Amino acid sequence: MSVPEELYYTAEHEWVAISDSTARVGITDYAQRALGDVVYVSPPAPGSRVTAGDPCGEVESTKSVSDLYCPADGEVTEVNPEVDEDPGLVNSDPYGAGWLFKVKLDSDDPVPPGLLSAAEYSALIQDEEQ
Amino acid sequence: MPDPQPAAPRRTPLTQVHEALGATMTDFAGWQMPLRYRSEIAEHNAVRTAAGLFDLSHMGELLVTGSDAAAALDYALVSEISATRPGRAKYTMITDSDGGVLDDLIVYRLADEEFLVVANAANAATVVAELTERAAGRAAVVEDKTEDFALIAIQGPRSAGILTTLTETDLPSLKYYASYQALVAGRNVLLARTGYTGEDGFEIFAAPDDAPALWAALTEAGNDAGLIPAGLAARDSLRLEAGMPLYGNELSRETTPFEAGLGRVVKLDKASDFVGKQALAARAKQGPARLLAGLVGQTRRVPRHGYAVLWEGKPSGTVTSGAHSPTLGKPIALAYLDGEAAAGAARPAQQATDSQLAIDIRGSAEPAELIKLPFYRRQDRT
Repeated sequence: MSVPEELYYTAEHEWVAISDSTARVGITDYAQRALGDVVYVSPPAPGSRVTAGDPCGEVESTKSVSDLYCPADGEVTEVNPEVDEDPGLVNSDPYGAGWLFKVKLDSDDPVPPGLLSAAEYSALIQDEEQ
Repeated sequence: MPDPQPAAPRRTPLTQVHEALGATMTDFAGWQMPLRYRSEIAEHNAVRTAAGLFDLSHMGELLVTGSDAAAALDYALVSEISATRPGRAKYTMITDSDGGVLDDLIVYRLADEEFLVVANAANAATVVAELTERAAGRAAVVEDKTEDFALIAIQGPRSAGILTTLTETDLPSLKYYASYQALVAGRNVLLARTGYTGEDGFEIFAAPDDAPALWAALTEAGNDAGLIPAGLAARDSLRLEAGMPLYGNELSRETTPFEAGLGRVVKLDKASDFVGKQALAARAKQGPARLLAGLVGQTRRVPRHGYAVLWEGKPSGTVTSGAHSPTLGKPIALAYLDGEAAAGAARPAQQATDSQLAIDIRGSAEPAELIKLPFYRRQDRT
């Protein structure tokens, strides 16, 4: 189970990479395993405003659908066109080519509130596996 | 948070093998079964292009024996079981007296007075109880032998090529829906050319103690041919593409065989009376209450069980099964249509305009088109 140290996480199994007040968001290795083969991703639309903790899209697998939650307040700037073409990237490379969308953050905080560290997220998924 | 289970799920003779392979396990009808090993799309595609290996030991197996066994089954089930020759099998159903389906079954006639009835795991107890009751007063014994059987299926175009390396049995002479006793990898089994995938394949009934060795032998024999283990998720997408019903989705106590488009399994004119005859005869005369149809989604969102089918924006049916179809590369669904949608579906293809049909996928009307089942049919049929 991969949980890269340098990323931040949410309790809804998204990861967040922050640079220059922009957050790049995807779902974690734990999430893609639980979902199974991803067949369709519906990310929030570029230009739309998003609020931390609100559902802002869907990730659909062969067997189920999961809501995508936005990790922080801001405006969506970009969605990953490759994932639209090839949803399987979310399974094969969830932290890299399988990124889902980017948000220009409202806040200048280096780390928006409420996000988990890699250690905290690892502990969370250990508990969930029990 | 998972719901607490009242009792630990039952394990098949192969559950340990699946766990060792790292399968994602799931509780299916009270059995601990492999949902998928790595990727259900890869497992599905393997069955369509090479071969897949399935553990189906959770299915119920009943033995019905005695001089009246055939007559008892003619009465208990909707088909004419007595007309099935030894060495042949029949797909059939058991209904309630009102014609509602209690389970769909495959009955293998092993000998004149010996029948193996294979039931869905979730309905095994019901089928045992009903068959026992319906056989009462006849020279026929109904025994639940589920614990005495393991069931392994190998399905896919390369199945015969793989299996033939493990058995002396002449496979080309084992026709579709036939079965016989054979030696596979040195173990005594009942070998049947049946399956639930729409591909050529075999179902192997074995002693539970032989299951791990058989699984290992098949795995090794199939390695170069691209055989991989396949779980319940792939099993479901495969049968859906093949247009095969699933009890609990397309079949239930609220449907007769006729609604599911399977009126052919009901032999109304067989000599014996049978449970449900009057109700089914009436239904046959009236026509089905609803129409089961195949739908292909025109966007990429997947229709799911229970979603509404819309005709010109208004609810006119319900999805019974839906999945992403790896073979078609699109979402597919089976749905019961009523009212306007059923009428539309009954019209010749050119007249049924696709723009009228949609599926309500979580609040969004996603266009879909009707197609004639099955969604997929294999090229060659031996």
